[in-house]
Amino acid sequence: MIDYLINIILLAFLAITAIAILRIRSLLAVIMLFGIFSLLSAGLFVVLDAADVAFTEAAVGAGISTVLMLATLALTRDHEEKPPAHQPWLPLVVVVITGLALVYGTLDIPAFSDPDAPSQLHVAPRYIEHGLEETGVPNLVTAVLASYRGFDTLGEVTVIFTAGIGVLLLLGRTRRRKPKEDEQ
Amino acid sequence: MKHNLILRVVAKLLIPIIVLFALYVQFHGDFGPGGGFQAGVIFSVAFILYALVYGYETAERVMPESVLRVLASLGVLIYAGTGIATLLLGGNFLDYNVLAGTPLAGQHVGILLVELGVGVTVSSVMLLIFFAFVARGNS
Amino acid sequence: MEFVFGHYNYWIVILLMMVGFYTVISRGNLIKKIAGLNMFQTSVFLLYISIGNVKEGTTPIIAEGFKVYSNPLPHVLILTAIVVGVATTALGLALVVRIKEAYGTIEEEEIHEQDKSL
Repeated sequence: MIDYLINIILLAFLAITAIAILRIRSLLAVIMLFGIFSLLSAGLFVVLDAADVAFTEAAVGAGISTVLMLATLALTRDHEEKPPAHQPWLPLVVVVITGLALVYGTLDIPAFSDPDAPSQLHVAPRYIEHGLEETGVPNLVTAVLASYRGFDTLGEVTVIFTAGIGVLLLLGRTRRRKPKEDEQ
Repeated sequence: MKHNLILRVVAKLLIPIIVLFALYVQFHGDFGPGGGFQAGVIFSVAFILYALVYGYETAERVMPESVLRVLASLGVLIYAGTGIATLLLGGNFLDYNVLAGTPLAGQHVGILLVELGVGVTVSSVMLLIFFAFVARGNS
Repeated sequence: MEFVFGHYNYWIVILLMMVGFYTVISRGNLIKKIAGLNMFQTSVFLLYISIGNVKEGTTPIIAEGFKVYSNPLPHVLILTAIVVGVATTALGLALVVRIKEAYGTIEEEEIHEQDKSL
């Protein structure tokens, strides 16, 4: 009962923060609210029994993402968003239609936290029963991440490395050329 | 910046604790929540805090960018190297059972090495990205 | 009523997704678009983790005295997805910085004006 209550309260706060991010025009406030959004969703992950995911979301979303956005804001120095020139009716229609289609899709999903749902039945019981004896690691998420699905994690590390290379290519050191040279 | 005495003192107290916590999360990822990604991000946050309080030039001297580039590649190399080592020892790619005497000990060694590679790469790439943004702002 | 209790989680997450989507397609400022994209991503993660939750279960770390665990597989996938998300956000923000240096503005309308007048 208390779980449901915390769930509802956190989701309500998330919805309010999301609508505030949409409507507020001062970019500094938008970035701060984005940090709050990440932290609230990390809290929601804890309530949903996902400790590793909450840890990563809090560190990465409320930490690194917010810092990088603030750095971009300092570099671009545009602190106010311009009001939209025309009324966005077409995006609103598209969004409402997509939302209704998604809600229609969720009518078939089994109920929230049902232990007999198909998503709990195929591979997950094998990982839960044999994970500790095959890998010797009590944390099942680390066991699956590093041992059972180690190949995917190799791809993930490569993606991070590539992102680092990409940012270095875009924003690398400007060599000691003469200033006021335009990059052609 | 002359008025940030409180910031400097508190940062000096906090940064070693943050680094210690990052190492704790890295090596106890087997027994509690944690692992390479979280530890890498927390480790880079310590250096980002240092750069924010003491300035970019001081942070650049503490952790030069060339070292960060080598470390980023080193992490991916450790990860892929573990895979190649298992190939050379007779198993499949990333099959940790062949890395030590018993399969269970091999799994422990394999997971430890792999998470180490992940932690090193993630922390150095996050720091590289942050330093790239700051250096662009200074030039 | 049972049905609403079993599904309200998904519906509010879909609302968050749509708010993020609307921010991306209707606002012209590039930094706001990237914030909206991140909101969309985070709500998709919430959807996946809700699917993996098990009633009366606990965090999937084997410990004494617990029998029912939540499904660890969505946790692993979302862990990867979060880190890939921050990688793409960093690249997107680097592109925003370069666009500002090249065009002098980060509003989509003005960028289109400058491109059309070339």
